[in-house]
Amino acid sequence: MSLIHRTAAELAALIAGGEASAVEVAEAHLDRMAEVEPKVNAFLHVDREVTLAQARSVDERLRAGERLGPLAGVPIAHKDIFTTLDMPTTAASRILEGWRPPYDATVTRRLREAGLVILGKTNLDEFAMGSSTENSAYGPTRNPWDLDRIPGGSSGGSSAAVAAYEAPLSTGTDTGGSIRQPAAVTGIVGMKPTYGGSSRYGLIAFASSLDTPGPFARNVLDAALLHEAFSGHDPLDSTSIDAPVPSVVEAARQADVSGMRIGVVKEFGGDGYQPGVLARFNEAVALLESLGAKVVEVSCPSFVTALPAYYLIAPSECSSNLARFDAMRYGLRVGDDGTRSAEEVMALTRAAGFGPEVKRRIMLGTYALSSGYYDAYYGQAQKVRTVISREFEAAFQQVDVLVSPTTPTTAFPIGERADDPMAMYLADLCTIPTNLAGNAAISVPCGLADEDGLPVGLQVMAPVLGDDRCYRVGAAVEKALESRWGGPLLKEAPAL
Amino acid sequence: MSAITRDEVAHLARLSRLALTDDELDHYATQLDAIIESVAKVAEVAAEDVPPSSHALPLTNVFRADEVRQSLTPEQALSGAPAVEDDRFRVPRILGEEA
Repeated sequence: MSLIHRTAAELAALIAGGEASAVEVAEAHLDRMAEVEPKVNAFLHVDREVTLAQARSVDERLRAGERLGPLAGVPIAHKDIFTTLDMPTTAASRILEGWRPPYDATVTRRLREAGLVILGKTNLDEFAMGSSTENSAYGPTRNPWDLDRIPGGSSGGSSAAVAAYEAPLSTGTDTGGSIRQPAAVTGIVGMKPTYGGSSRYGLIAFASSLDTPGPFARNVLDAALLHEAFSGHDPLDSTSIDAPVPSVVEAARQADVSGMRIGVVKEFGGDGYQPGVLARFNEAVALLESLGAKVVEVSCPSFVTALPAYYLIAPSECSSNLARFDAMRYGLRVGDDGTRSAEEVMALTRAAGFGPEVKRRIMLGTYALSSGYYDAYYGQAQKVRTVISREFEAAFQQVDVLVSPTTPTTAFPIGERADDPMAMYLADLCTIPTNLAGNAAISVPCGLADEDGLPVGLQVMAPVLGDDRCYRVGAAVEKALESRWGGPLLKEAPAL
Repeated sequence: MSAITRDEVAHLARLSRLALTDDELDHYATQLDAIIESVAKVAEVAAEDVPPSSHALPLTNVFRADEVRQSLTPEQALSGAPAVEDDRFRVPRILGEEA
């Protein structure tokens, strides 16, 4: 088997056993990237020499007997919203084109400490605002299953890179579904950890009360290994949880749901859901029952209002967070001809530097926070947030995890929803409640829809700091389905 | 009746420091109107007696010891600046001519 088709755990074992070097593994992936990037466009920045220098350093550290983590030497694609000292960081925006941050994000630093080798920075919707990666200022990423379709978003470069075997692992951030939705539509695993379980330091802020870094991988165990590698308390992030990381790797190895109580969210199904998505989801639920879980239906009536609440809360936070892009200290500056005031330069720069979705959200957030509208919009949305958290709490009194389809449809064609923001927002219908409540959720592949032959994701939601339950259920489903399919779902993907 | 007028959008653009063209204002006015109409559905949730959540998890202020630590050098801090003069950020004029 070629190196690019190995799992992260297998690559780590080969490197630890001296059967392959980190340099050889990195080179195999860089070669794959050179081959398929013209079609996929998953990466915004690739620097072969920087990557190989990292790999050589890991090989030297291992030879010197340094004890690195269980993923030492494994390459990773890193979402271009985390700051990196040795590569530009743009958040896929013109306003940060070519920016070289003066510091590493905590997630970046922990990847380096664990001996992971960064292959490059992946494409995203500008500032992580979007569900298709079409909002990137540097062109869309394409879905390896069908190059005319979206790879999900906002972490679409990260999902496509892993699904196209350009990287065994990648990082993402999930504010409203930006890890789980791309994972679902590209047939891979993506996890949103409990809010505060992974550090936001050095993550370019979109909506600070929602933004959560998390892992992508081609299987549940690899995702758990990466989750453990970069998670845990960070004094540099004041919202970071000072508690041990849940035992996600152990849970992924357990892969046992016997005796677990699983709740099917009643409100996520029916009109607006693609029949093939519902068919695969219902089969996954039946499968869980056959594996010894007790399945019940659970009603969470306010979950359907999570979407409108989110599109008030997230833009409000974004309008405040993105005020920092003021053309004064870093990034783009336009129109500074000596005659214009700072305010005029600022407005010209922001108009030139931000794309349409970012402008829409900044204005929407400014509106929702305006006096006279605050109570009706932002204030009410915050109350809905409380109601949704309470419905989760009540549900987790009855069941250990909740399940739903990750997305209402499979990957849609590039361009189909680009001019219709409300249609685009519906892609995150099932993922958003978890962001508002701050709990954990994973998406794992559960088959292909009959209509279009495209991947469908199963979402497993767990309580705050119950991340291990997501991995336990995800791994059990994966094990049973892969034995049925005779291998991972991704082997059904067309060759690029 | 529309939820938001073009004039209101022009005002939001000014507040947001976005120098938008007339065409953009027309475009965003239509889109924001549709979005606001849709997000107004939050009003349907009976939540009068419910406290608002600004955050998912209970938060308390976090303190750290007030100690001098290594930070960015002036060179690092200025490394991404659009314009620099004498180890400082050089910015366009911030006061009016008459000031």
